Amino acid sequence: MDKPLTQNIHPDHDFTSLADYQKTGGYRGMRKALTELQPHEVTQQIKDSGLRGRGGAGFSTGLKWSLVPKKTSDLPDFQQTRYFVANADEMEPGAFKDRLLLEQDPHQLIEGIIIGAYAIQANIAYIFMRGEYRLAAKRVTYALQEARAQGYLGEHILGSDFNLEIYLHTSAGRYICGEETALLNALEGKRSTPRARPPHAVASGLWGRPTVVNNVETLCNVGHIIHYGIDWYHSLGLGADHGTKLFGVSGRVKHPGLWELPMGTPIREIVEEYAGGMLDGYQLRGFLPGGASTDFLLPEHLDVRMDYDVVAEAGSRLGTGTLIILDDKTCPVKMVLNMEQFFAQESCGWCTPCRDGLPWTVTLLQDIIAGQGRMEDLDTLAGLTRMLGPGHTFCALAPGAMEPLQSALKFFREDFERYIVGNNDELEYA
Amino acid sequence: MKQTAEKSTSEDLTALEIQEINAIINHYEDHTSVAIEALNIVQKHRRWISDSTLKAVADFLQISLAHLESVATFDNLIYRQPVGNTVIHYCNSVTCWMLGSEQIREHLCQRLHVEPGETSADGQYTILPIVCLGACDRAPAALVGDELKIDLNTDAIDEILKR
Repeated sequence: MDKPLTQNIHPDHDFTSLADYQKTGGYRGMRKALTELQPHEVTQQIKDSGLRGRGGAGFSTGLKWSLVPKKTSDLPDFQQTRYFVANADEMEPGAFKDRLLLEQDPHQLIEGIIIGAYAIQANIAYIFMRGEYRLAAKRVTYALQEARAQGYLGEHILGSDFNLEIYLHTSAGRYICGEETALLNALEGKRSTPRARPPHAVASGLWGRPTVVNNVETLCNVGHIIHYGIDWYHSLGLGADHGTKLFGVSGRVKHPGLWELPMGTPIREIVEEYAGGMLDGYQLRGFLPGGASTDFLLPEHLDVRMDYDVVAEAGSRLGTGTLIILDDKTCPVKMVLNMEQFFAQESCGWCTPCRDGLPWTVTLLQDIIAGQGRMEDLDTLAGLTRMLGPGHTFCALAPGAMEPLQSALKFFREDFERYIVGNNDELEYA
Repeated sequence: MKQTAEKSTSEDLTALEIQEINAIINHYEDHTSVAIEALNIVQKHRRWISDSTLKAVADFLQISLAHLESVATFDNLIYRQPVGNTVIHYCNSVTCWMLGSEQIREHLCQRLHVEPGETSADGQYTILPIVCLGACDRAPAALVGDELKIDLNTDAIDEILKR
């Protein structure tokens, strides 16, 4: 069992029914949790497993669950009800991992949600899904009906005292909805702007009640951890982090795709072996290791392992674990412009640095590319990477947007300068 | 007077729309929370959300029109202007951009004689950009109606428009 997340996903069949899922051991983790373990024991096991959030931030999943106040009779009324939310709002440019899990093995997610909701004693859970994922919504809806018919949802699940309903919420879009607190506002039918923290969602989330929000891929790990145990989970990772992860590669490589590999797999192995290396006629110039809001790394970083802390030491972030390749025929300045246009458009406008700083960034980059830039513009851009950086905004959108820019200014400065001094005709970019 | 004026511009939700909204309204603690899904439901039947439709939804949910408008104009997939039978959302995020989404956009616009945001003269297609569709390994991609289309090129676009 070295590929638990994708064991049921095969190219020749595209949907895992309840029966298929149970054939490979599905829902045994749920059974064990609900019939043999106390909620706090479930939380402790997930904490001890070392599972970290696969949505990009890498926060300890078990720790997050443990921060929800224990359900005791002396808790105030508003904290007696709590909610569990699966974040299926995948929209990070370059990320295409959660869609596969949602479309092809939705019961794996449902099992994770049931276990998570049991751990924090939530009786209602939501799957918050982006509106564009039409096929995923259809498959998840079908799987929820199967689970309900089987008695895995509803009252007294497996004869226990635990009741749970899971509702699918289909969103109408915006990248910001994937941000934890903006997602909660969206679920409440409000404009999806982030909330100031503290309080954190685990204390005061949906309608002011304790709420856990976990990424889809994160939750898909949960059933396996409870069923196979912590030692097994630890044995899967190659480095400090545990378990497996879906790693992807997109761009001009021979075989773009998605593979479940151990945490700690070297980037070189993912790019050269699994993705087959660069297309003929193209050289590797750099890459974003985990989506558009991560810093560029260079070919010299190919031996970096895909572990949270190792990628961070190299100067970037593991993020979503889906790499975007920059080849030598693509202009890095234009590539950064494309990403900044995305972030400027998707900014919710709630706080000033992001609302004003991102369009300013876009304008400067457009001017530079149009041959109207000045050298001082590079200093202004560098200044923006600080002003829009961590600590100045409500959420991580703007700091994320600055990561590819700040690293491009560092690694590809000559490309920016060539536009400014006016000999960009020499460039052979497409 | 004001009340009459408002009434004359309001339209009612259909029985089916009301039934579909009522089926999910209890999933949430309050009526405001069902706003986005109610808009999705109504838009599915009417293709877009006119001012009078927006008012009908707000009235039905007993929430403020201004609040509903603030949500409707915020979200990418709520159309506040008429759209064609099929909306083609071409992805313009980074990997699709690298692998040809600008050519996809140009070809679509040229074939349909429109600019992004416009609807073809026969009312068949509306062309809109969209952010990353999560199909980067098969870029460029587009959402055509409810269907994800991948590995796009100009031939594939011609094939889609032929139907």
